[in-house]
Amino acid sequence: MKIESQLKNVLAAGRFAVTAECGPPKGADPEAVIKKGRILKGYVDSVNVTDNQTGVVRLSSLAACVLLLQEGLDPVLQMVVRDRNRIALQSDLLGASTLGIRNVLCLSGDHQSFGNQTQAIGVFDLDSIQLIQTVRRMRDEGQIIGGEAVSPPPYLFIGAAANPFADPFFYRVIRLAKKVKAGTEFIQTQCIYNLDRFKEWMSQVRDRGLHEKVYILGGITPLKSAKMAEYIKNQVAGMDIPEPLIRRMKSVPAKGQRKEGIKISIETIQALKEMEGVHGVHIMAIEWEEAVPQVVEQAGLMPRPTV
Amino acid sequence: MITAERKPLDEIIAMILPFKKVLVVGCASCVGECAAGGEKEVGLLGSALRMDARMTTKELETREMTLERQCVYEFIDRLTGLIDQYDAVLSLACGAGVQAVAEVFPNIPILPALNTSFLGQTKEAGLWLENCRGCGDCRLHLFADICPVTRCAKQIFNGPCGGSQDGKCEVNPETPCAWHLIVTRLEDRNQLDLLEEVYAPADWSKKEGAGPRKIVREDQQN
Ligand code: SF4
Ligand code: SF4
Repeated sequence: MKIESQLKNVLAAGRFAVTAECGPPKGADPEAVIKKGRILKGYVDSVNVTDNQTGVVRLSSLAACVLLLQEGLDPVLQMVVRDRNRIALQSDLLGASTLGIRNVLCLSGDHQSFGNQTQAIGVFDLDSIQLIQTVRRMRDEGQIIGGEAVSPPPYLFIGAAANPFADPFFYRVIRLAKKVKAGTEFIQTQCIYNLDRFKEWMSQVRDRGLHEKVYILGGITPLKSAKMAEYIKNQVAGMDIPEPLIRRMKSVPAKGQRKEGIKISIETIQALKEMEGVHGVHIMAIEWEEAVPQVVEQAGLMPRPTV
Repeated sequence: MITAERKPLDEIIAMILPFKKVLVVGCASCVGECAAGGEKEVGLLGSALRMDARMTTKELETREMTLERQCVYEFIDRLTGLIDQYDAVLSLACGAGVQAVAEVFPNIPILPALNTSFLGQTKEAGLWLENCRGCGDCRLHLFADICPVTRCAKQIFNGPCGGSQDGKCEVNPETPCAWHLIVTRLEDRNQLDLLEEVYAPADWSKKEGAGPRKIVREDQQN
């Protein structure tokens, strides 16, 4: 029996999908992954596993995906083009499929200068769009780059990221169109705090008919504190937190800020549910996995479908 | 042009320590233009070295000269007959020049006084910018004459990445995002159709090759 992507099944059934994120530990520790998996199990359809995020060395995404798979979760293998050339990427795609992983998310990756290996060479042999195209050709045409056959081909549901909040704004939707043209089947967006801008982006997405060609999952990151909101605003490239939201977080005493963060997430999800062309949410509660069940439950997204 | 910067004086002093007679040779081409290894810099370095030798009572004899190019045999040939009188050459050329001189005079150590950096332009007095990596397959016409290989920190052909904000690169807020420049210039030129294209993976064999690359032009050989 071929294992199927749960994410693909849920989306194909027209249900509002929920995915979350799991960052592997800085160590050879299976328990850390399994623990995170158990917190999320039953509350989400699939779990993304980050790939040495921000250029920090961690347990490999592929290994962590296998651990989650063994726990009965549907992992999404994140793959960045920063650390591997096309030989390694294509080889790992075959490896992932062989091990039963059914989803891949193709990313550029944060630049190595951000991490703990700042003297490393950045590979960037392919870019993220070329990686999408590569997976798609491998899967649908059974061909690796250059045209040689691979058999059997990898069996993967193909995803990519989109950032409606980066610049230049008018171009963001063109880039999404390129990702769709390259073969991506689902999109997970950057965290949405600026709903107005996201709405504007979605209307451009619909104008181009892209919402009918690709599943879009809106990114959600519950804020832990007003400090975190300010940090993101000032320090994290490509993220957009409007001032009123920061004020709202500040207006709550420190003890209640986590709760307020969750409340904001739930309100955002409710707005997304009403938006034409949004097919689900991707909840990235960084080192705060416990927040995911609360958000999912309180946003009325339970029970998760068994399709 | 090829840009370079002079090594710190301490490093150069340590490098020439074993030698008593040193020929200091500049190059008037690229590294002259970027004020790292031209006649003026050769003069300055020569006097700094002699001054240091005097202060540390070290025996040092130097002579300074500047070739038009250190990477072309007909200019290197000017060293013939002179170089044998020295224990070492301190070369203020790019890495290509140092190696070319060493190939002609393999028995004399040619010491690099510069750190060779990149292919770039003189943007203004005292400011040089990297803008070409010599990839062997120039596609500037597709990217509004802004090189994504060199000027995008992730050499993205289908950019920009999600980190581009306010026209700046996520990697360094002082550097413009190459893709922001590409998109805006294509917009100004009414060439936005070029942005819809999905560009295929690059052929890096033209850059990486099978070891060092070479150009053979029979029409230029005689
Ligand atoms: S495309 Fe290649 S040859 Fe052209 S400017 Fe860029 S690195 Fe240089
Ligand atoms: S911000 Fe712009 S220049 Fe920097 S890596 Fe991303 S696309 Fe390239």
